[in-house]
Amino acid sequence: MSLYKARVLVSLRPSVLDPAGEATKDAAGRLGVDGIRKLRIGKAIDLELEASDETEARRKLELLSDRLLANPVIENWKLELHMVPTTQSTMS
Amino acid sequence: MTIGVVVFPGSNCDRDVHWALEGCLGISTRFLWHETTDLSGLDAVVLPGGFSYGDYLRCGAIARFAPIFKSLVEFVDRGGRVLGICNGFQVLTELGLLPGALTRNRDLSFICENVALRVTSSRSPWLQARSCEEVLNLPIAHGEGRYQCSKDTLLKLQDDDSIALSYTTNPNGSIADIAGITNSSGNVLGLMPHPERACDPQIGGIDGRVILQALIG
Repeated sequence: MSLYKARVLVSLRPSVLDPAGEATKDAAGRLGVDGIRKLRIGKAIDLELEASDETEARRKLELLSDRLLANPVIENWKLELHMVPTTQSTMS
Repeated sequence: MTIGVVVFPGSNCDRDVHWALEGCLGISTRFLWHETTDLSGLDAVVLPGGFSYGDYLRCGAIARFAPIFKSLVEFVDRGGRVLGICNGFQVLTELGLLPGALTRNRDLSFICENVALRVTSSRSPWLQARSCEEVLNLPIAHGEGRYQCSKDTLLKLQDDDSIALSYTTNPNGSIADIAGITNSSGNVLGLMPHPERACDPQIGGIDGRVILQALIG
């Protein structure tokens, strides 16, 4: 088994209104930061998981992202995956 | 006749539903902890409003993995009636028993007010006692009640006559003014308004009774 570090980035689909993003964009203007054309708020979920290889790690993370971390009706997700070098791993 | 009311950690309208069913309508009611799988002896099930699991991740996203849902999906497949109110509606969409999703209100505010609702379809048992276009007045109380779905899903909802209730004045930005929908069989209803809070004339109206009464046919 190897240890993998992953980050799943969940964002609202472009067609879905993001009122929190719009409100934050307005606040940025009031802070004096101008020129912001777009501001959309999503989530980043950091994980560490064990898997026999990268294929298995991806399979687990894809299931997790599609079924729990994101709701495909309104959200998209992106996966970043890195294997943790054995020296940093807690496993033998 | 007995109705089950599912209780999740964070439910806060479970007792209101119990009070409305037993106190106002005289219908026997049983609380169901979300970890139970035993739905025997029940004629219908209500998923009440509240903030199941603190609305962590997304409203209803964690609740839908509760052990009770395997039995509940079988109950629905057998034709049992299930009513999801507010957070209960959110759970039903996350579970896939109803299409679409509930998202943050257009204007960001948590809206707590009485709204006028048009009976858009009286096809399902829930509203067959009312005629189409009739207006019901019910309270809403939600921060994430903006119904969203794809164009194809919306067309299917319209073709199936599954849009049960729509807002006469859209408070939250829901697509097609949708306040409540049924599944295509009609035995599952999800709605953002709270019928259990409109069952006693002393607290502002009894328009919610028709929906709760439909739990027992």
